[in-house]
Amino acid sequence: MDRSSRSRSRRLAPVVAVAAAAALTLAGCSSDSGGKKAAEGGSGAPAGKAGTPRMTVALVTHQAPGDTFWDIVRKGAEAAAAKDNIKLVYSADPSAGTQANLVQNAVDQKVDGIALTLAKPGAMKDVVARANLAKIPVVGLNSGLSDWKKLGLLQFFGQDESVAGEALGKKLNEVGAKRIVCVIHEQGNVGLTQRCDGVRKTFSGKTETLYVNGTDRPSVQSTITAKLKQDSSLDHVVTLGAPFALTAVQSVADAGGKAKVATFDLNKDLTGAVKKGTIEFAVDQQPYLQGYLAVDSLWLYKNNGNYSGGGEQPVLTGPAFVDKSNVDRVAEFAAKGTR
Amino acid sequence: MSTAQRTEPASGPPPVSGPVRGAGRPLALRLVARPEVGVFLGALAVMVFFLVAAPTLRQGDSMATVLYQCSTIGLMALPVALLMIGGEFDLSSGVAVITSALTASMLSYQLTVNVWTGVLVSLVLSLAIGAFNGWMVVRTGLPSFLVTLGTFLILQGVNLAVTKLVTGNVATDDISDMDGFGQAKAVFASSVDIGGVQVKITVFYWLAFAALATWVLLRTKYGNWIFAVGGSKESARAVGVRVDFTKITLFMLVSFGAWFVGMHNLFAFNTVQSGEGVGQELIYIAAAVIGGCLLTGGSGSAIGPVFGAFMFGMVNQGIVFAGWNPDWFKAFLGVMLLGAVLINLWVQRTATRR
Repeated sequence: MDRSSRSRSRRLAPVVAVAAAAALTLAGCSSDSGGKKAAEGGSGAPAGKAGTPRMTVALVTHQAPGDTFWDIVRKGAEAAAAKDNIKLVYSADPSAGTQANLVQNAVDQKVDGIALTLAKPGAMKDVVARANLAKIPVVGLNSGLSDWKKLGLLQFFGQDESVAGEALGKKLNEVGAKRIVCVIHEQGNVGLTQRCDGVRKTFSGKTETLYVNGTDRPSVQSTITAKLKQDSSLDHVVTLGAPFALTAVQSVADAGGKAKVATFDLNKDLTGAVKKGTIEFAVDQQPYLQGYLAVDSLWLYKNNGNYSGGGEQPVLTGPAFVDKSNVDRVAEFAAKGTR
Repeated sequence: MSTAQRTEPASGPPPVSGPVRGAGRPLALRLVARPEVGVFLGALAVMVFFLVAAPTLRQGDSMATVLYQCSTIGLMALPVALLMIGGEFDLSSGVAVITSALTASMLSYQLTVNVWTGVLVSLVLSLAIGAFNGWMVVRTGLPSFLVTLGTFLILQGVNLAVTKLVTGNVATDDISDMDGFGQAKAVFASSVDIGGVQVKITVFYWLAFAALATWVLLRTKYGNWIFAVGGSKESARAVGVRVDFTKITLFMLVSFGAWFVGMHNLFAFNTVQSGEGVGQELIYIAAAVIGGCLLTGGSGSAIGPVFGAFMFGMVNQGIVFAGWNPDWFKAFLGVMLLGAVLINLWVQRTATRR
């Protein structure tokens, strides 16, 4: 039987296919119209480099893989690191236990400073104490506004999620919203829940909550469509992340309603949608600034003993609104992936 | 269980009638004993339940929304079910969807070529991934659970890393203004007007593919081979079934499905987030299992997963249409699914007793 030879060629075929595809993909990378160049241009203003001794800073967040938002935080941190002659070690894990381990890892490495997020403050308590014991300065960013001082962090950069929610709620009152639905793309996430609660607090109309499966775009779209059809009196959809806002726009079109979309957070496609008017406004907490300031503050602390916010008050990076009136200025930076 | 009836015929004419054992029983009982009829009744029960509980669901366009959700699950549940009948798993199917969408999107954008180029290259890459999975499983004899768990992790990492490397961001650039996008959108992500109701094209693909898969399973030699390799690899090989070929092509079929759904995602949403797709593989497998495919292989149908996906999508959207407290959403979903499966099981047991 010629079975063996035939099956060998069958086995070869996929290998050849992989190689061909890889070659094509590589060709895609080396294309000079590539986004790589743009990204490099985007990572930080072309400032000089500090002449201070090399130091190592660990940035540990609760980022889930592939989240646009955290990508921008990281770019900010990298920009500051490049300017301050800092070696930045970035690590992240959405589960609190693993994140705490990553912080411990940084303590073990005897880094010169740690910047971390306090999505689950209780889980970080012990490792922060251990870092303090090892005399490693620790700063907080993004989440943990109510806990950073209790845990003994030097300073904090971020936006109070509830305050941001409240600001968005007020803005909704201004634009005359009556009934809204707040779309939570990750059930059980503290920060996201706080945003919706903040909106509910100041918004004078009725707020409903909707959970969607954030990892499956068609499911997000059809679930929001379903909600809009179920309750046609909804006039605003509030999403808690930029990709979900863009999906919500399609849901509104599908449901044939006149509901408007407002959202937390920005990305470059979103600024385009604000420009076009398909998204009414976005509230921005300036993630780039959070990453940048957190790293830069550790450099200032080490080299000049400064405390941002005097060590007493947090440094707020939001909420800043982006709507038709100021989107052009923001869009320029968002296109580079830094806003 | 009556579901094991498909294991014996390795080659020769495909079995046409129902269970062999129950040949003497009334037709109605014999019908109900078939796994896909059980799941059909379960799906029907869920639908009636939500039609009663949620008045807004009774409109045509609401059903279109439900069917859309079902179709994106169902399109993948089909090949996943065939693979399960063939005795293997593919845990990489969820992220493979995103891999193919990312490939097409980034390739087209970076090289500024017609999006169809990206679509075709992505097809080649997807099939290669499937072939790799199949080849590894066949060659090493390792459980496909392990092999595809590896691919799942690899793809998850590669999706993120390569996207970051190529675009500098974690999402791909918007390709909606590029050449060929309109055509591709018409093929993969358009809507069809049926009596004033906009029905997404994926619904039609889903049903067409299901019909095709049913025909292949029941009327072709290849279909017979699928049942045979899932039932017993050794005896299948002994009677001349090309086991390796069947398994590798089944894996490639799954990656073809992943490519198809990936293209839908890309052309429906213009950009792709590199971290998506994780966890979807379990939903596909769940739809196939609810649809009567045995976890051990050798038994199942192509029409069962259609109802399985329908049940899943129906519960998913029905809860929203019913306006129930969303905090309980996942719990409702679990209870409804478990209930549906239990009804399915009970119907089968009752029907096959005596």
